[in-house]
Order: sequence, then structure tokens, then C-alpha cells
Amino acid sequence: MSAISPPAERLWWKHPIDRVEGMWIGIAFVWSMVMFFMMVYWHMYGGQNLSTETYKTTPEQFTVKAQAMVDQYTVRTEVDGQYPVVAPPVGSDVYMIARLWNFWPILQLEKGQTYRLHLTSLDYNHGFSLQPANINIQIVPGYEHVVTVTPNQSGTYSVVCNEYCGIGHHTMVGRIYVK
Amino acid sequence: MSTATTYRTCPRSGLQFESQAEKLMLANAVAAVVFLLIGGLLAIGVVLTRWPSIHWLEADTFYKVLTAHGIDMLIFWIIFFEIAVLYFCSSTLLRCRLATPKIAWTAFALMVIGAVMNNVAVYQGGSSVMMTSYVPMMAAPHFYLGLILFAVGALIACFVFLGTLVVAKAEKTYQGSVPLVTFGAITATIIAVFTIVSGAIILVPTFLLSIGVIDKVDPLVYRTIWWAFGHSSQQINVSAHISIWYAVAAIAFGARPMSERVSRGAFLLYILFLQLASAHHLLADPGLSTEWKVVNTSYFMYFAVLASMIHGLTVPGAMEVAQRQKGYNKGLFEWLRKAPWGTPTFSGVFISIIGFGFLGGISGVMMGTEQLNMIIHNTIYVPGHFHATVVIGTTLSFMALTYFLIPVLFKREMIAPTLAKWQPYLFGLSMYGFCLVMMGAGTLGVSRRHWDMAFQGSALAYEWPGAAYMMMGLVGVMGIAAIAGGAIYIYVTVGSLLWGKKLDQGQVSSTPTPVPATAPAAAVQTYGSSGMVAPGSFVLAIIFLVAFVLYYFINWKYLSQLWGLS
Ligand code: HEM
Ligand SMILES: [Cu+2]
Ligand SMILES: [Cu+2]
Repeated sequence: MSAISPPAERLWWKHPIDRVEGMWIGIAFVWSMVMFFMMVYWHMYGGQNLSTETYKTTPEQFTVKAQAMVDQYTVRTEVDGQYPVVAPPVGSDVYMIARLWNFWPILQLEKGQTYRLHLTSLDYNHGFSLQPANINIQIVPGYEHVVTVTPNQSGTYSVVCNEYCGIGHHTMVGRIYVK
Repeated sequence: MSTATTYRTCPRSGLQFESQAEKLMLANAVAAVVFLLIGGLLAIGVVLTRWPSIHWLEADTFYKVLTAHGIDMLIFWIIFFEIAVLYFCSSTLLRCRLATPKIAWTAFALMVIGAVMNNVAVYQGGSSVMMTSYVPMMAAPHFYLGLILFAVGALIACFVFLGTLVVAKAEKTYQGSVPLVTFGAITATIIAVFTIVSGAIILVPTFLLSIGVIDKVDPLVYRTIWWAFGHSSQQINVSAHISIWYAVAAIAFGARPMSERVSRGAFLLYILFLQLASAHHLLADPGLSTEWKVVNTSYFMYFAVLASMIHGLTVPGAMEVAQRQKGYNKGLFEWLRKAPWGTPTFSGVFISIIGFGFLGGISGVMMGTEQLNMIIHNTIYVPGHFHATVVIGTTLSFMALTYFLIPVLFKREMIAPTLAKWQPYLFGLSMYGFCLVMMGAGTLGVSRRHWDMAFQGSALAYEWPGAAYMMMGLVGVMGIAAIAGGAIYIYVTVGSLLWGKKLDQGQVSSTPTPVPATAPAAAVQTYGSSGMVAPGSFVLAIIFLVAFVLYYFINWKYLSQLWGLS
């Protein structure tokens, strides 16, 4: 006679649906569709969609490209010369390496300009967590992810690693300046 | 009758327990509680380290403890308990013997060996890889082997459950269809089989990698298949605890589902669509297409969310209908005010339903939205969300069910009933707070699985806003309160088992008494066209919807202010 006994009516699938249930199913269905099409809508009209442009890569290949950018566009260094600060041309391909336990190099971008940011990891999974904007992207070794970014505010941004990557995980912080 | 066994009819509940099934339920439930205890002790270390002004453990200990906390709680506590629930939903509810008890004991032994082996690996160090164990970061071989053995044991137990359904059918111990609660358990089992197979597909190669038999497992492939296992396993929990909600509605109120068709249909949607959800965890990943992400993360147009929203109405609805039939008819909410709030079985389930829906459900759908995921991925928002689902939803439901089982299955009088009465409130409500402040800190960007938000020793340290520190302090306070609530549960359960007054076990017989055929209740015919049988639940559902819609669009607004991304 209850949910822990077999249904009293053998033909339970012919059970009428109460109005409370019928209405709620209707409402919930409409809401589900709204949420589904919201994602599609944002791809057409929204300004924040994660790119899916991805290439297979190796630590060597990626390092060569990042090094070339650093050699050409470094404007100064920070932390006793450990971190080059690179100001690549507007619209160009920019590279950021994630590895145990830093992000390299420091980038200097211009507000309102668009860049193709290439991300990869040389070892484990890492996380690209841009603060204080709070944009979070997974970094997977072996895959070069190209994300098109347009900073909309100037300031100093930090890149916090938010994928656990071992004992030095909490020291893994990078930086992006937006002028 | 093929095997010699006995059947005991519990004088307090009328439920009939077959002796083998009863022992197995007890063993699995006790193993579950042991892992909850270990996981709870580990939670002290996790929480007191993430509380910034205490920052207790060293980094390597913290990561070790966090790895073990996640696995002991999410996998061992929950699955041991679920196996007990499966045996209950088959052998007890259908009043039949358990199929192949020897094999069921083998399954139990494998699970225990696996769980112990995995724990040993973690404490030995060198396996602090978190429960997700993403390659190429590697743990010791027995870390994976332990998980594999445990999974094999759980899979065998699933088949024992299915076999028991066959026994009941063959021996005609019930008529018609299985009860709704058993139907929910079948849903959980089907999802479990899919889940465990996915787990094997990825953990076996990773184990082989760890002993050097193969030399590479692709990190992205690993993530994709691991989450087919990791997320689906959460759907097992959802199906299991929703079944328990229906069961408790039946036990506490004699409630029956408003409509079998709707409730069973909703479980069916789970089977059809839940497996797709692994995409939730991969929304911020490279290499996967947008179409794949959108279709999968929404369980193909949110049909599983639809199912959960249906249960969210029909469980309280069933309680409301039962209460109204007892005459609690005044206004919208007399049925709820006059509910047995002092009975922990009921209060636990009700706190679980509300918390699971409002905190776990809404946050889960928000973070599972393809673009919105970027504002929370890997922040402490994520544990905030899933403590609302697996702790408030699953764990609290299991606790509530335990209070029912102490006299019925353990045959003991509950010790400390007053403590037990308050336990769901302390545990549940502090967990509400805990989840909310974790979500708050996550909205500010604070990372999960992170030893030090001050970034000691980093050349480019970032300074979190003061509010983030305050939230993490509150995570500590609320977390400790929840741990105290968990400790009371363990004290009451273990204490009752050890020192509780022994209760009459009831009539024992060598043959099962079949489930009596029930005549259709009068209400069956009157449901439907009469309409609006549960207006109070409907109002609750609408409040839920309003909260959901507002929160959903607030997050889009927040997203729209970020850097342009394309
Ligand atoms: C009793 C109170 C509990 C407290 C205070 C607590 C506290 C925490 C905290 C603070 C974290 C996040 C740490 C971080 O990411 O840095 C965490 C992680 C976790 N907790 Fe709990 N927890 C409790 C109970 C539970 C229960 C009952 C379950 C499961 C049923 C559970 C499952 C998990 C899982 C799966 C993780 C993630 C581990 C990982 O990131 O790999 N917790 N817990
Ligand atoms: Cu990292
Ligand atoms: Cu990291």
C-alpha cells in the first residue's frame, strides 16, 4: 500500500496523473528547455565562450614557440631575472607554459585588444585560474589549447594554479599585466 | 526451496528478514560506518588546515589526508551502505531469500580488502593523487589495485541483487510489479554496472602503467573515461537516496507515490540520460567539441534534471497526501507543521530533500552549464556543491535510514534518543552553512585542493580579498560543527549496536510469507481528475523554481562582465 510495497493497482502505468504533477512536469520541462537553449544562445550572441581550438603538442615543440616569443618581445624581467615580462603585439599568438611549479613567462597585454593565448602543461594537469577576474580553464599535458582573450579592464592579474599538482601546488602562481 | 534458511518477521515494522541477507546487510552497514568514522576523522585535518588562521597540517600530510577523506567518504562509506540498501530493497522488501549468499560474502570480502589496501597505499605516502588520480601523476600500484578489487566486489554485489530479484519472481513472493523503492534500487544498480565498467576501463590500464606494463595513458582520454565513472557513480547515489526518501515517506507516513507512473518514469529518465553527465567535469578542458559539451552536460536537454525536479515534487507530495488523509488539512502547510519533526528518520530526510534541492541541485545545474563552468571550475565552489549533494543528500538520508534500522535490523533499542533527535539538525543545518560559505569562497575564486591560500614561498603570490579569508574561516567553523554532528551519528549507531537493549527479534519461520496482495486503495481511483492533491508541495516547488531561475541568471550576468573569450 505504499512505496515499499508492490503497487496496489496492477496496471499502475495507467494511473491518472494528478494536476499538481502534470503542471509541475510542464513547468520543469519548459525550464529545462530554457536552460538548454541559453547555452546555444550564448554561443551565438554572448561574449564569453571557451574556445575548443586544440592541438596535440610536446613539451619541446611548445617550449620552442614560447621561447621565440620571449626572445622577441621581452620588455623587462622580474624576480631577479627569473620571469621575463613579455609584451607581444596586439592580436598575436601568445604562449604561457604551466609546469611544476610556475607559469612562464609573465605576459603584458593591452586592454580591449584580442590575443590568441596558447596554454599547455609540460608535466601534470594544472589549472589556469585568472584572478581576480575568476576565469578558470583546465590545462592538460600534451594538448595545446588556444583561447582567444580580450581583457576588458587594466590591472595586475594573477594566474593561480587550481588543479592539484603536487607538493608545490600552492606556490604555483603566474601573472598577467593589462595596460 | 533450494537452500535452508530462516525468515524473521520484525515485530516493530512487519518487515521480513532472511537470515543470510540480514547478516550481509549488517556487515555492509557496519563497514560503511567504519569508513564514515575514518573519513570523518580525516575531515578534521582537512578543515583545520583550510581554516586560514589555523592552517594545521603540513602540505604533504594535508594532501594525503585529503586524498583519503575523499575516497573513504565518497567511495567506501557510500558504496558499502548502498550494498546494504540493495539487499534490503530486494530480499527484505520482496520477502525472498538472497540469491547466492556465499558469493555475496565474497563480494564483501573483496570490498573490504580493496578498501583497506587503498587506504594503506595512501597513508604510506607516494599516493597523494586525490581520488581523481589524474595521469600522468602516479600513485603506487596497490592504490589502483585496491580500487579495482573494491569495484569488482561492488559489481558482484550488484549481480547478487539482480539475482535476488530473479529469485523473488521465480518463487512468487510478490505479485504484480516490484515496489517503487525497489524500482529505484534497480535504477541505481543499472547505473552502477555502467559506472563500474567505465572505472575498470580506465583504472586497469592505469594500474598496468603503474607497474610498468604499458608506458602511456593519454591524460585527456583518462579524464574523459574517469569521469564516466566518477560522475555516474554520483547518479547511483542520487537514485539510492531518492529511493530512501520514498521509503521513509512510506515508513513515516504510510505514504504511497502520488502516481507510480510519474515516479517510475522519472527513474527511467535517470537510466536513459544520467551517463552523459561526465561532461560536467570536462567543460573547461581543451580538445572536446562545443556540441559534445552542450549535449552531454545537459543530459541531452536536461532530461535528468527534469527527473530530479519531478522527484523533488513527488516525494514531499506523497507525504502531503498521506498527511492530508489523516486530517491535517488546514491551509497549505498544516501537513508539514504536524510532521514528526522529533523523529530523526523523518527530520533527516526532510532536511536532506530541501538541502539537496536548493543547495546541491541549483548549484549543480549552474556549474554544469557550459559557459558558467568557467567561473567555478576547480574552485572551492565545487566541493561546496558536492557536499550539498553527497553529504546533505546522500549521507544524511543514509543516517536517517539508520535510525529506522537500529530497532528493526540491529534489534536494539536506540541509545541516547535525545541526541539522535537533534543530530539531523546539527549535522544537516551546519552542512547547509558549510556548503554556502564554500560556494561563497569559490565565487571569489578560492581554489579547491589547495594547501595555502597565502601562497607561502611563491615569488608572485596573489592576495585574496578579505572576504575570501572570512569565508574560509567560516568553512572551518561550520565544518567542525558538522563533524560534531557526524560524531553523534556514529556514537548513537555504534553505541546502540554494542550497548543498546536487545529487542525481541520476532517470529522465525523456515519459509517466507509472501507479500500480501493489496487491494487498490480508495485513493487510487480518486487521484487525478480531482486535482491539486498536494498544493503545499506545489508551492514549495514554485519557491524552488524562483530561487533557481534567479540564481541561474545572476550567474550569467556575472559571466557577461568577464574578459571576452572566444
Ligand atoms: C563531516 C563533515 C565534513 C567536512 C567538514 C568535510 C570537509 C571537506 C573539505 C573542506 C573539503 C575540501 C578540501 C579542499 O578541496 O581543499 C572536502 C573534500 C571532499 N569531501 Fe568532505 N567533508 C565532510 C564530509 C564528507 C562526506 C560525508 C563526504 C562524502 C560522502 C565527503 C566527501 C568529500 C570529497 C569527495 C572531497 C573531495 C576530495 C578531493 O578533492 O579529492 N566529505 N571535505
Ligand atoms: Cu599546477
Ligand atoms: Cu597546481
